[in-house]
Amino acid sequence: MLRNPVKRTLAALALIGLALPAVAQTTVSDAWARATVAHQQSSGAFMTLTASTDSKLISVASPVAKIVQVHQMTMDNDVMKMGEVDSVALPAGKAVTLDPNGYHVMLMQLNQQLKEGEQVPLTLVVEDAKGVKQTIEVKAPVRALNAEAMSGHQHMH
Amino acid sequence: MTDLLTRRQVVAGISLLGLGALAGCDPRSGGALDFKYGKDMSNKILGRSFKLKDTQGNVRTLSSFWGSMPMVFFGFTQCPAVCPTTLARAAQIKKLMGRDAGFLQVVFISLDPERDTPEVLDAYVKAFDPSFVALSGTLEETAAAAREFGVFYEKVPAGDTYTLSHTSTSYVFDSRGQLRLGLSHSLNAKECAEDLLTVMEVC
Repeated sequence: MLRNPVKRTLAALALIGLALPAVAQTTVSDAWARATVAHQQSSGAFMTLTASTDSKLISVASPVAKIVQVHQMTMDNDVMKMGEVDSVALPAGKAVTLDPNGYHVMLMQLNQQLKEGEQVPLTLVVEDAKGVKQTIEVKAPVRALNAEAMSGHQHMH
Repeated sequence: MTDLLTRRQVVAGISLLGLGALAGCDPRSGGALDFKYGKDMSNKILGRSFKLKDTQGNVRTLSSFWGSMPMVFFGFTQCPAVCPTTLARAAQIKKLMGRDAGFLQVVFISLDPERDTPEVLDAYVKAFDPSFVALSGTLEETAAAAREFGVFYEKVPAGDTYTLSHTSTSYVFDSRGQLRLGLSHSLNAKECAEDLLTVMEVC
C-alpha cells in the first residue's frame, strides 16, 4: 500500500547511509529470469534478497506464468531433488540468493515464450517477524538460456 | 547376453584394426583410470543397450556414437536449474577442449517425454550448442534407459503440474563404447575438460 513512498524513503536513507529503524524492508538485486525456447512450458527466476529485519519470502506471482512457486533444489548423492517450499527465511541484513543451485522461483505453465532482453514482472510478498507483509515489485530481465556459462564458478579465463 | 558379447568382440576387433590404430587406443585400457575430479566408472557396465530416438526421428543406440566420446546426461527441458547449468557447462567444456572438441558428443536424454516434444528438445539443446543431440522415447523406453544407467527420477507435483527430481551425473564413454567417467554436477567446466582429456588419451 505504501510501496512507492516507502521505496523512495529507503533509497533516500540508503544514500545518506542510515538504516530504516522501524519498518522492515527488503531489497532485491540482480534479478533475472532464464529465456525459454518456443513451447517450453516453464523456466526459473533468480535474485538476491536482503531484509532489514528477520523476515521470510512467502510468495511470488507473475503475469507470465499460471503457476509460480518457490522451489528448493538440493543435491543428495548426485540426485537433484526439487520441491516447493512454504517460505524462504531472510535473516536480518543477510543477502539470501535465489540461484540455480538452491532456492529459485519456478515459473510454470508459461503464457508466453521468455525472450532474451525482455523483462519478467514479479510480485514478491515478504513477511517480517511481526507478521507485517511487504509487497515488492521486481522486473527481472530475461537472460539467455545458457546464461550460467557467464557467471559464478563456471567462469573461465 | 551372448549377443552383446559377440557385438562387443566385433567392435573390439574393428577398433583395433581401424579406429583404434588411428586414435591410438591403448590396448591395456580395460582397467581403471585415474581421474582428478570425476568418478572412474571403467568397471561399471551401464547404458549398453538403450534405444531412443533423436529429434529427427532416427533410432539411436550407444553404437551410434562409436568413434566419438559421448557424454550422456539425463534431464528435462522444464528443469530450471541443473539441466541448463549442465548443458551450459558442456558447451563451455567444448570451448576449453579447443581442437579436440569435435570428439566430444553431448547427448541429452529426456526424462519427460510427455512434455518434451522433439521440436522443443531440438530447440532447447541447440540453444546451448548446435552439435548437441537430444534423445527421447516412450515412457517405457525412457524408464528402461534410466534404469540401465542407474539414473533415479521421479515426478514431484507442483500445483496442477509437476517437476522432476533426477540424477544429475554426466556419463562419459570412450570411443569404443566403454563407460569411463562420471562427472558430478558440482564440477566446473575446466575440471571436467581435464578428466575428458584423460579419457581421450586412453581411447
